[in-house]
Amino acid sequence: MTMQAKTLAVASALACAMTVQLSGAAKADEMEKCYGVALAGQNDCKAGEGTTCAGTSKVDYQGNAWKLVPAGTCTTMELPAGMDGMARMGSMEPLDRDMAM
Amino acid sequence: MMQAGFVAALLDPDLPVPAGLVAPDGAPAGRRFDVYRNTVAGGLTRVLEAGFPALRRLVGADFFAAMAGVFLRAHPPRSRILMLYGADFPGFLQHFPPVAHLPYLPDVARLEQALRDSYHAADHRPADLGAIPPEALLGCRLRLAPSARLLRSAWPVRSIRAAALQGGPSPAWRAEDVLVLRAGFDPEPHLLPPGGGAMLAALIGGATLGAAMDAGGEGCDAAAVLGLLLAQGAVAGVECAE
Repeated sequence: MTMQAKTLAVASALACAMTVQLSGAAKADEMEKCYGVALAGQNDCKAGEGTTCAGTSKVDYQGNAWKLVPAGTCTTMELPAGMDGMARMGSMEPLDRDMAM
Repeated sequence: MMQAGFVAALLDPDLPVPAGLVAPDGAPAGRRFDVYRNTVAGGLTRVLEAGFPALRRLVGADFFAAMAGVFLRAHPPRSRILMLYGADFPGFLQHFPPVAHLPYLPDVARLEQALRDSYHAADHRPADLGAIPPEALLGCRLRLAPSARLLRSAWPVRSIRAAALQGGPSPAWRAEDVLVLRAGFDPEPHLLPPGGGAMLAALIGGATLGAAMDAGGEGCDAAAVLGLLLAQGAVAGVECAE
């Protein structure tokens, strides 16, 4: 990239930024940060496992859960077969369950 | 010894309840320990579900919970701060055979982790670049906001995440470089134009703006990249040689 091209690119970016700043300057001041552990909108607090699972002697998702296959949107998302001959993403074939942990 | 046994039994339901645990009446506290054990695994699973919602949509809730159960036993928390838990998840997915046929999953997890990191990163005050002439700015180093995260992926990682969370058409098959920026309080993943990933990697690596623009290559829309940084207030500092 030539010096002129670079200077031009920087100049145009700076010019754009000035207009954006003028229109959005007040935004951050009007908000207040809520410190916490959850993402915004996800910080609901509900009674957790300790209160509801008194009869649960083992967690319900142990190693034997590997009868499962990914059954979410992976199976509907159709990316083309890869350059490396990779199969389509949404395989519902049984998976290798050799899961010694 | 007592603590090590306690922790081992917490993470492995096939191990017996640690000896010496008794209820107030003196009876073995087996059921109480079971509840606690389930709470630990369940709580960590909830953290991962909250932190990786797109991943969960991609593999399904049941599979995700089962996968989380394997992960949390292989990678128990190293910090008591739960908001940090899951940083090892992308690396774990890379070597987890049941998802080996979904090679884009680790990068989707990296993007979600980058959004989490960005959310919790320190605040900053955007630098004012208006006073520096464009020619001079080319020789300056730009320090990005602590909440900025660059992810360069061989997969359409941003599109996959969006499709997983919002639905819509299948993503176009392409590599995507993504810059996570937090202009207000919520991080957003921004898709970078061609060359933008290389330019930003150079900038983050300490190159001057001019050198970073060269690193972006001929087709790089450097004005768009710089414009994005400025519009989002993502430049936290400028260092210019005299």
